[in-house]
Amino acid sequence: MSDPILTFDEAMEKYDPVLGFEVHVELNTKTKMFSSAPNVFGDEPNTNVNEVDLGMPGVLPVLNKTAVESSIKIGLALNCKIAEYCRFARKNYFYPDTPKNFQTSQYDEPIAYDGYLDIELSDGTVFRVEIERAHMEEDAGKLTHMGGSAGRIQGADYSLVDYNRAGVPLVEIVTKPIQGAGSRAPELAKAYVAAVREIVKNLGVSDARMERGNVRCDANVSLRPHGRERFGIRSETKNVNSLRAVEHAVRYEIQRHAAVLDSGEPVVQETRHWHEDTRTTTSGRAKSDADDYRYFPEPDLVPVVASREWVEELRATLPEPPAERRKRLQADWGYSDLEFRDVVNAGVMDEIEETIAAGATASVARKWWMGEIVGRAKNADVDPGQLGVAPATIVELNKLVEDGKINNKMATEVLDGVLAGEGTPAEIVEKRGLAVVSDDGPLLEAIDAALAAQPDVANKIRGGKVQAIGAIVGGVMKATRGQADAGRVRELILEKLGVEA
Amino acid sequence: MTEYNTTGTSASELIRNSAAQLAEKLAAREVSAVEVTQAHLDRIAAVDGGDRGVHAFLHVNTEEALAVAAEVDNIRAAGGAAAEELHALAGVPIAVKDLIVTVGQPTTAGSKILEGWHSPYDATVVKKLRAAKMPILGKTNLDEFAMGSSTEHSAFGPTRNPWDLDRIPGGSGGGSAAAVAAFEAPLALGTDTGGSIRQPGAVTGTVGVKPTYGGVSRYGAIAMASSLDQIGPVSRTVLDSALLHQVIGGHDPFDSTSLPDPLADLVAAACIGNIEGMKIGIVKELHGEGYQAGVENRFNESLELLKQAGAEIVEVSCPNFKYALGAYYLIMPSEASSNLAKFDGVRYGLRVLPEDAPMTIERVMGATRAAGFGDEVKRRIILGTYALSAGYYDAYYGSAQKVRTLIQRDFEAAFAKADVLVSPTAPTTAFKLGEKLDDPLAMYLNDVATIPANMAGVPGLSLPGGLADEDGLPVGIQLLAPAREDARLYRVGAVLESLLEAKWGGPILASAPSLTELVTTPGGSR
Repeated sequence: MSDPILTFDEAMEKYDPVLGFEVHVELNTKTKMFSSAPNVFGDEPNTNVNEVDLGMPGVLPVLNKTAVESSIKIGLALNCKIAEYCRFARKNYFYPDTPKNFQTSQYDEPIAYDGYLDIELSDGTVFRVEIERAHMEEDAGKLTHMGGSAGRIQGADYSLVDYNRAGVPLVEIVTKPIQGAGSRAPELAKAYVAAVREIVKNLGVSDARMERGNVRCDANVSLRPHGRERFGIRSETKNVNSLRAVEHAVRYEIQRHAAVLDSGEPVVQETRHWHEDTRTTTSGRAKSDADDYRYFPEPDLVPVVASREWVEELRATLPEPPAERRKRLQADWGYSDLEFRDVVNAGVMDEIEETIAAGATASVARKWWMGEIVGRAKNADVDPGQLGVAPATIVELNKLVEDGKINNKMATEVLDGVLAGEGTPAEIVEKRGLAVVSDDGPLLEAIDAALAAQPDVANKIRGGKVQAIGAIVGGVMKATRGQADAGRVRELILEKLGVEA
Repeated sequence: MTEYNTTGTSASELIRNSAAQLAEKLAAREVSAVEVTQAHLDRIAAVDGGDRGVHAFLHVNTEEALAVAAEVDNIRAAGGAAAEELHALAGVPIAVKDLIVTVGQPTTAGSKILEGWHSPYDATVVKKLRAAKMPILGKTNLDEFAMGSSTEHSAFGPTRNPWDLDRIPGGSGGGSAAAVAAFEAPLALGTDTGGSIRQPGAVTGTVGVKPTYGGVSRYGAIAMASSLDQIGPVSRTVLDSALLHQVIGGHDPFDSTSLPDPLADLVAAACIGNIEGMKIGIVKELHGEGYQAGVENRFNESLELLKQAGAEIVEVSCPNFKYALGAYYLIMPSEASSNLAKFDGVRYGLRVLPEDAPMTIERVMGATRAAGFGDEVKRRIILGTYALSAGYYDAYYGSAQKVRTLIQRDFEAAFAKADVLVSPTAPTTAFKLGEKLDDPLAMYLNDVATIPANMAGVPGLSLPGGLADEDGLPVGIQLLAPAREDARLYRVGAVLESLLEAKWGGPILASAPSLTELVTTPGGSR
């Protein structure tokens, strides 16, 4: 049974959305947060575990220093303050994916706090999202519920648990309540998560692949009538794990909350599950202040002391922030604001940078990525970067055109061949017999035929009306089935008719 | 040096040797490690089993112990560099409290919930015993998850005190203390969270040391209260504890709370033999009211001896010690409630399915824990869960941590006046089995003198101070030193030990009853 919703516009007319995000970032350290077991995705279940990850009797955690460094880097990149001294805490709850039945996390002493992130929206405005905290914790194992329940624990016959993920280092980034986004809330949601993903990827501290759960987002949404200070009751939509889903989930929750409020009912404070197939959420666990995790400081770990020297050392290693990088690249490439925003929104900035590095000009790189590849990626429903076009391929393709070996129309055909895995552009030109006809012999024959077929036009050209040449060129191209180099054809016609270009 | 009429090498005489004496005889090849190990295994067979046996052991590790001993003998026989490099204690057997995990032997923690479980890894201290080639005789009995002061809370039946088989051997490490007191092992490992090494030492006439917190790795000791737990030596002489402490101590990268400092030379400290000019503090709050008269007498006697040896006796006051027991019974159960959450039947150990539907994970966990844990464990889990609950945390856990800070300050002030503090280890001698089983508060009060050291992380040593006049049972004297100054305990302890032996005409344990007769009467069904 699906919940009633208002249209987005109706919802916006009546209510003001307040957002909040908890983004979990899995760090790509070699080993886990508190054990020496490998931190590797995709291996056979329960192979990357040792006695610590399994919560065997007697084990103790030892903190991964690289994970702390990565966490500090994330904090710095989010403009946070870094705590000089902070501790871990135990979050106690019984659940079979948590081997010790408590999660080692940070509670009231996060390593990073009080930061912000400036988010650029598609209309070019900048929205500042304030960061409450970024804290370190360990991931849980992965449960797979089997039989009769469509993957949910309720009604499952049995459940399988894989502890490979248990103990993988996480940084949880928590925003302050985000107010004032209005109807841009869904867009902001997507842009915020994209920005966080971009930052952690840029820092090199996470593989940042959302489809693997490296970056996971819990989205909090509440509505309040326009003009009211006090926040409404929020829902928390868990594990919204793609950028598009974040946007859709926030939009849906706004519409759903609006309908609930309109009906006069109170919004229930609860977790919601996101369903990609129906693009709706359903009610999960009721979440209330009665949840009692009995936090207390983790006695098996010593406090983390981040000396100012260490923090500054780490700050010095930070790469250029993505926003500054964008400014620099736009200037370097000479793109207009609109052109550049399109590139960013299409998600091909990195690819264009690589293509330029491989030898293309900025305008050529943009022409190929924006003109050809983005559209194909959309049809294939993948990110442009994942389509499988290497920057070197584009450089090669473009050179073939510039050298007159193929024309633009053929080039798009060659690109299709590359995507179909037929080989390099040169190989495809060869295999598909796409080479531009450059031997003048066959061209001259075709030109003679075309001139003979249109004597009036030939006379006009002889008389100086060079613009009329298009009709003859067209005839030649038709006769050669498009394989002639139009420029060369034009030269030969003028030569033949004894006209100066 | 302590002696138990041990000039000969027959099996019955061998077991009366201290670890240091055994080490000497092994090095001189007067006896073989196999002979020494077999003698202790024979002793275990003779006195540990049956209705009236000491029941110090939950598991006897015959085969492996003998194999390690044989290996030591072979290395010695072959001579050369390998023989030279043997550890001084190589071939000296040892018993391990069953809270410490061992590959190749079961580890139960005295609980049904772990019955039959074998650890896939060795505790760091066990690795160190193996590296020193000390044969492990077996695993010793304890109160379930080390929760108790009498070993009566073991799910596998109580251990009996070798001095009087109807009395408790102390707890939680009653098994280790009784094994050493009954000459079933020259050495044992214990764990001390609130007195579990020292109080059993006191009531069995043995030596027990709780090192400085962080001085010995806790990796592989099943945690009760992480911020209080510490592994330490159990022995019959102060020197033997120093020797064992030297084996197990030092930094461990697997324990974040282990101290980075290099270990001091504790054996050398035990051999100084002089305490002239040292200041020894009597803690006003740790004797007098509530302490048995015989205990007070022996304590005063020890003070007299220390004075005679040239120490200056000063009185110090630790006014916050009176809150230690209360604060301990908030912090310990709080940490325990979380540490014991992992025993849920999901990954290892006992799994009990509920008798009726629905078969949910919560109900399986609940049924497993209901069946697997004993009453004292449940009591502490409930106490701790309550103390950590939202709305109560500040009043209970938070306040208790403040008390802890106050106790640390009391110690700092006391150690500004004294090099070492001294007190009775336990307020009474060994009580009767069953006497306090139904009175948790009375049971908890046994640890009133030992708990402050755990709360502050400072080291403590208990040594036998003679027998109480009224019941002829051993009395323990406790020495306390500042954190990282464990060496002082051995220095003062060894001097006091030799003075007491001179006074009592030999080691206290020499006057313990002969067990081979006791354990077969009156029940006698062996």
